[in-house]
Amino acid sequence: METFGTVDGPGIRFVLFMQGCLLKCQYCHNPDTWALDGGKEMTVEEALSEIEPYLPYYRASGGGLTVSGGEPTLQSHFVAELFQEAKKRWNLHTALDSNGFNEAERIRRLLDVTDLVLLDIKHIDDAKHIRLTGKSNERTLQTAKWLSEHGRSMWIRHVYVPGIHDDEEDLLRLGRFIGTLRGVEKFEILPYHQMGVYKWEALGKTYPLHGVPSPTDDEVERAYRLIEAGRKQTGTG
Amino acid sequence: MSVLEQDVQTMPTGWRGFKKGNWTHKVNVNDFIERNIRPYLGDEGFLQGPTDDTTELWKIVSDLTKKERENGGVLDVDVHTPSTILSHGPGYLDKDKEQIVGVQTDAPFKRSIQPFGGIRMMVDACKAYGFELPQELIDLFTNIRKTHNQGVFDAYTTEMRAARKAGIITGLPDAYGRGRIIGDYRRVALYGVDFLVAQKKQELLELEVDAMEEDVIRLREELSEQIRALGELKRMAEMHGYDISKPAQNAKEAFQWLYFGYLAAIKEQNGAAMSLGRVSSFLDIYIERDLEEGTLTETQAQELVDHFVMKLRIVKFLRTPDYNELFSGDPTWVTESIGGMSVNGQTRVTKNSFRFLHTLYNLGPAPEPNLTVLWSEKLPEAFKKYCAKVSIETSSIQYENDDLMRPIYGDDYGIACCVSAMRIGKQMQFFGARANLAKCLLYAINGGVDEKSGAQVGPEYPAITSEVLSYDEVVKRLKPMMEWLAKLYMNSLNVIHYMHDKYCYERIEMALHDRDILRTMACGIAGLSVAADSLSAIKHAKVRPVRNEQGIAVDFEIEGEYPCYGNNDDRVDQIAVWLVETFMSMIRKHKAYRNALPTQSILTITSNVVYGKKTGTTPDGRKAGEPFAPGANPMHGRDKKGALASLSSVAKLPYEESLDGISNTFSIVPKALGKEPETRKSNLVSMLDGYFGSKAHHLNVNVFDREQLIDAMEHPENYPQLTIRVSGYAVNFVKLTREQQLDVINRTFHGSM
Repeated sequence: METFGTVDGPGIRFVLFMQGCLLKCQYCHNPDTWALDGGKEMTVEEALSEIEPYLPYYRASGGGLTVSGGEPTLQSHFVAELFQEAKKRWNLHTALDSNGFNEAERIRRLLDVTDLVLLDIKHIDDAKHIRLTGKSNERTLQTAKWLSEHGRSMWIRHVYVPGIHDDEEDLLRLGRFIGTLRGVEKFEILPYHQMGVYKWEALGKTYPLHGVPSPTDDEVERAYRLIEAGRKQTGTG
Repeated sequence: MSVLEQDVQTMPTGWRGFKKGNWTHKVNVNDFIERNIRPYLGDEGFLQGPTDDTTELWKIVSDLTKKERENGGVLDVDVHTPSTILSHGPGYLDKDKEQIVGVQTDAPFKRSIQPFGGIRMMVDACKAYGFELPQELIDLFTNIRKTHNQGVFDAYTTEMRAARKAGIITGLPDAYGRGRIIGDYRRVALYGVDFLVAQKKQELLELEVDAMEEDVIRLREELSEQIRALGELKRMAEMHGYDISKPAQNAKEAFQWLYFGYLAAIKEQNGAAMSLGRVSSFLDIYIERDLEEGTLTETQAQELVDHFVMKLRIVKFLRTPDYNELFSGDPTWVTESIGGMSVNGQTRVTKNSFRFLHTLYNLGPAPEPNLTVLWSEKLPEAFKKYCAKVSIETSSIQYENDDLMRPIYGDDYGIACCVSAMRIGKQMQFFGARANLAKCLLYAINGGVDEKSGAQVGPEYPAITSEVLSYDEVVKRLKPMMEWLAKLYMNSLNVIHYMHDKYCYERIEMALHDRDILRTMACGIAGLSVAADSLSAIKHAKVRPVRNEQGIAVDFEIEGEYPCYGNNDDRVDQIAVWLVETFMSMIRKHKAYRNALPTQSILTITSNVVYGKKTGTTPDGRKAGEPFAPGANPMHGRDKKGALASLSSVAKLPYEESLDGISNTFSIVPKALGKEPETRKSNLVSMLDGYFGSKAHHLNVNVFDREQLIDAMEHPENYPQLTIRVSGYAVNFVKLTREQQLDVINRTFHGSM
C-alpha cells in the first residue's frame, strides 16, 4: 500500500495493491503481483483502518482511494465491499486501476461503487496484444465500450514501449478507438521504464525486454500527436 | 493648539501617512504592523526580474564564492582586529551599484576574528585555513581578557567534562557564541536610534531601587552596555554615510536602517544562529507608502529586496572545521519568518512575502537566508500555491505551523535557527544543543559504562545481565539514567549561560529587546527514532546483547520483526511520545539559570552524523558509528508505508512537550508529487495542510531525484548553488563533507522505486 499516491487518479490517494493478475505483460514492473497466492491477507475493516488516518489529506486534495494491482477485479467482491464502505463512511472518491480483462457485467457490483476506472489498453492490435500479454485485447475493448455506454468516467492509459508501440497506424487506430468513447476524462501515455527488471530477476524469470530503452521525449510526443489525430477522426467530443 | 495639530508638528516625518497608535509613544512594532499592514491575497504575477545592477553584483558574489571554495573554504581573515561594532570601516561589493551597504569587515568575504566566545576556537580556525593569529592577541585573550570558554571550563565539574567527552551531551555552546537570539532589528528603522536610547535610559532610571541585589546590579550593567552599543550602532552607520538617529524616511532607508542593526549584531557576535526575525511584511509597509507616493517602482522594490538578501547571503563567520562538521556547510541561520496570520484573523502575507521568496529566482537558490514560511490553513490560496512552486523548483523553503504556534506566541514571533519560536524583542533562549537519548539507553543497559571507551561516565547503576533483554527491565533501568542525564545536562547549561552573559554578552541584540523578557532554557534530544525503535525491538522482537570481555553490550542480535517508528503504528510511535514526555518532565524538575523556562527540541541539525559516530551499536540493529536519523525523522528506509504514514508518526510528537521545536526533513522525488506542474503544486499544498492540520510542527521540503545528488557529489563544479534542506535549515550540497553527502543520499526519498 502507498499512503501518498499522486499518479493513479486525481489528488492525493491511498493506493492499495492487490495480488494476482492473469496477463503476463512483457513490460510489467510488478511481476511479483502476478501469482494468485501470496501477498498479505486483509479484511475490509483492516484496509479501512489503514486509510482512515489520512482522510484529511485525501479530502483536501480532491483525492481518494485507488485499488491497483495485480488485477483488482480478480477479487472484485472484496474491492466492491471496500469501495462501498469507503463511500458510505467517508464519501470517498474511488478509482479502479484495471486491465479491463474481467467482463463488466460480471463485476457490475464493483463498477457501481467505482467513480473512476483507470483502464489500461496494452495494445490496440490484437495479434500484438497477444504477443505482449498472452491474451486477446477483445475483452478490454469491450469493457471500454461498456463503460462508455453506461456513462462512466475513465482514464485511458497506454504504456509505450519502443519497438512495440511505435507503429504509426497502430497509434492512429488507438486514437480512433478512444475517439468513439464517451467519458474519457484523460488519456495518458506511460513511458516504459526498466525499474521492474530487478523483480523479474529476483523471481528467477527471464526479462523479455532486456536491452529495450525507455522512449525519448520526442517519441512520446509523437505518439500523443498521432493518437490525438486519430481521436479527431472519430471524435464526438 | 489641538491634539491633532500638536501631533502634526511633533510626528517625525518618517512616520508620515502611518496610522498612529500605541506604537507612537512606546516601542511596539507589532502594533505598528497591525495598524498599517496591507495584506496581499493575489498571486505572483506582479513580481519583477533582477535589474542589471543586481545581476552584476550577484556575479561578483558568485566569483568570490568560487574563489573562496578554491581557497579551501575561507578567502581572507583579518587576524589583527577583534571584531566589534566599530572595529572595521565600510566595505563594498561595488559601491555605485549597491542599494544596501555594509559588510562585516572592510571587504566582502574577509572574515574577522571574534574571540570573546573563546580564543582557542579562533586560533584553531585560523590555523585550519592557513592563517596565524598574532601571539599578542592570544596572550591578550588568555591572560588579560577572559573569554566565555575559559569561564565555562573554570566552573565545569568532573562529571560534566566526562559526559561532554563521551558525547552523551554534545554540541554545547561552551567554546563559541550561543546565538539563537533575535534582536528586533525593525525597531532601528521604525524609531531611529535616539528614541531607543531614550527608552533604555528611562528603563535604567526606573531601576534606581532600594535594594541593590545581584539581579538589579546585573540588569543595570546590561542596560548601560545596551545604551553604549546603540551609540556604537549610530557611529557605524555614520561611517557608511548615514544618520540613523531618526526614523527611516522611505523604504530604502528602512531596509538600510534595519540591516545596520543586524550588521552590528553579527559584527559583535559569532553566534551559532544569527536569525533575522520577521521583517518582510514590516518592510512592505514602507514599500507600499513609497509606491503610493510615486517614489518607487515595483522593479526598484524588488531590487531593494534582492540587494538586502544578497547581504544576508554573504554573512561570514570564522569557525573551525570541527564546528562545520557538526553544523554542515558553514551555516549562519539568518532565518527570516514569512507569512502567518494575525491574531485578528487577517493574514500577514504581503507582496513582500512574495518578493523575498522571489529572490530564489532572481539570485538563484541558496541556503541563506533561511526562508521559513509560517503556514496556516488560512493563508491565502495564491500564496500557498506560490510557496509550493518555489519548494518544488528550489528546495529552499521550510515550513512551520503558525496555527500551532500563534496561540502560544501571538502574531509577532519569529524562528531562531531552525525551529525555535520566540516573540520578537520580548523573548530569548539559552541555546542548549542536545543530549543523546540513544546513548543514554546503552548506558542504562551497561550500568553507566560508555560502550565506546569502557569508562564509567554515568552513575554506577546495576547493568542488565540477562540473555534476552526484557522491556520492563530496560525501562526500569532507563528512567533513572534519563533522570541523571537531565540533571547533569541542565546544570551544564546553567554554567554555560552564566558565563556567556558574563563574558560574551549580546549588547546590541539585547538593546533591541524589551527590558523584561521571557528566557527559555532550550534543551534538546538526539537519537529519538533510534531509541524508540530500540525499545520497540526489545518489546516486540527478541533482542540478545552480545557482550565483550568487559561485559559491555557491544552488539545486539535481533530475532523477529518489530514495528518501526515512521509507519503510523502506535505500538512504537507511542514509545517515541513517551520518551519525549518523560525527558521533558525530568528536565522541568531542575532549576534553570536566570529563572529560564525549560523547553526542549527534537532537532539535530546535521549533528546526527557526528552523534552516530560517537554511539555504539543499538538494539534496533543500527551498527556502531552509523548516523542517526536527523531531528524527529524516522530512521532511513524504515518508513515503508509511504509519505503520509511517515508524516503521521512525526505529527504525534506533542509540541507542548517540545516547545523548542520538532524538526522533520522530507524528501520526495518530483514525479511522486504528480505528473503536471499544477497537480504537483496543489498536492504539495494539500500535503502541508493535512500535515499541519494534524498538529505537526515543522517540515523541510526537498524535491529532487537521488541521481541528481549523486551527480552533484561527483561534479560539484556543476552545482555551485544546489541547495537542500537538512534538519531545520538549508545547505549548499557541495559544501557538505562526503560523509554528510552520503547520509543525505541514503535518507528516505518518498516515491522512489
